Amino acid sequence: MIEVSLEVAGLAFAYPDGHQALFGVDLTIGRGERVALLGPNGAGKTTLVLHLNGILSGGVGTVRVGGLEVRPGDRDTLREIRRRVGIVFQDPDDQLFMPTVRDDVAFGPANLGLRGAELDARVSEALDLVGMGDVADRPPHHLSFGQRRRVAVATVLAMRPEILVLDEPTSNLDPASRRELHDVLDSLDVTQLVVTHDLPFALQLCPRSVVLSGGAVVADGATADVLGDADLLAAHRLELPYGFDPRSVAPGRP
Amino acid sequence: MSGGHGHALYRPGDSAVHRLPAHVKVLALLAFVLVVVATPREHYWAFGAYALLLAGVAAIARVPARVVVARMVVELPFVVFALLMPVVSQGPRVDVLGLSLSEPGLLTGWNILAKGTLGVVASILLAATTDVRGLLAGLQRLRVPDRLVEIASFMIRYADVVAGDMRRMRIARESRGFQARHLGHARVVAQGAGALFVRSYERGERVHLAMLSRGYAGSMPLTATAGAGRADWLRGATLPLAAGVVAVLS
Repeated sequence: MIEVSLEVAGLAFAYPDGHQALFGVDLTIGRGERVALLGPNGAGKTTLVLHLNGILSGGVGTVRVGGLEVRPGDRDTLREIRRRVGIVFQDPDDQLFMPTVRDDVAFGPANLGLRGAELDARVSEALDLVGMGDVADRPPHHLSFGQRRRVAVATVLAMRPEILVLDEPTSNLDPASRRELHDVLDSLDVTQLVVTHDLPFALQLCPRSVVLSGGAVVADGATADVLGDADLLAAHRLELPYGFDPRSVAPGRP
Repeated sequence: MSGGHGHALYRPGDSAVHRLPAHVKVLALLAFVLVVVATPREHYWAFGAYALLLAGVAAIARVPARVVVARMVVELPFVVFALLMPVVSQGPRVDVLGLSLSEPGLLTGWNILAKGTLGVVASILLAATTDVRGLLAGLQRLRVPDRLVEIASFMIRYADVVAGDMRRMRIARESRGFQARHLGHARVVAQGAGALFVRSYERGERVHLAMLSRGYAGSMPLTATAGAGRADWLRGATLPLAAGVVAVLS
């Protein structure tokens, strides 16, 4: 039996204003897998992501991370869940809020109780993983957008997460930064859930794709197969870039 | 707006003043200002001595005089106020260069000018020799309530982001032919300000989410700051002690 990083079962959720965002989502991701979560705007992707670490809760269904169930009322469990689930938010300016890159990367592990040399080691380890070791002492807003995105990845890697969740990682990146980010993510030995509209990026990085539409999982399979199903894409407002044929490129390594 | 925060004021260096822990410097500044304010305004030469002390600190910190002078423009509104005092105050008049000025007004003006200037220069020296991060950590060490330190920290971090938002909104307005020319246009600008507030508020919520996601549980972790040894405290005490001696002698 393969080990499971993330197990979402029967997850349904409605916002307080009555808007129902999720209708019974089931999703299981094995350890070390890389999965793209695709879906049009308003499909419930962000709602799902915010359930993974217990920021949103109160609906029905369960979320388990590495076997541990997310129970929002239980502070100790929640702490461990937030260590295990590393969310990289879409806007790095939201994620990087400390005066220097070093402080920002240290924020998570320091909240976990790390101090001194151990904390420093954790920070340099995370920054080296994303190739940003030499900007540690700079303020985040002096970095380029691509650099900020990579530092944002480092801020959660520093917590040694069980699963890395990236929300629209390629948005606003120029092609070179996008490729650099791909290389960084490709080099990481961690389970990844990549929420994106960038279908070629999904194909390049993730062997498996899940399509979320209207608050439910409507497709789950090999990325090449999902992107090759024109009817499926059309039914859920997913579109490949002009001239892009998923069959013409080799998918990312499994 | 380039860089637009602490870095603009901070002048990196490695002088004795730079190396002093931030909380020592903050306390020294506070004590110095208290001594200055407590000095009676008629003790004219004492203020000269204070100025010399500050000049000494500036020399040790290698902060050039022109930098200090350039930054003193923040004091201008107070200077204007101080200059008005002799003209508008009541009391016995004296003739200076053909102007009839109020004697108590002159003294009050001098009082504001001298004490204000000394305080401003001392603060400029603190800002020039302490980086933002050190300053925040220093405040935290001085038991300034965490919430206040956090607010200051976020303000510094997001000043640029919000200023960038504001600039983009202005460019977007102007690109569609808008020029603020008369008071009637204030409405448009005010709406922009409102939109900016809402945007910043929403960003605040997203930042909070990101903090929660990384284990934030209500207090910022105190990231490594050097404590102050006896020697640091002694060095930091030099300025306020010297000022105190001057105040007693005068």
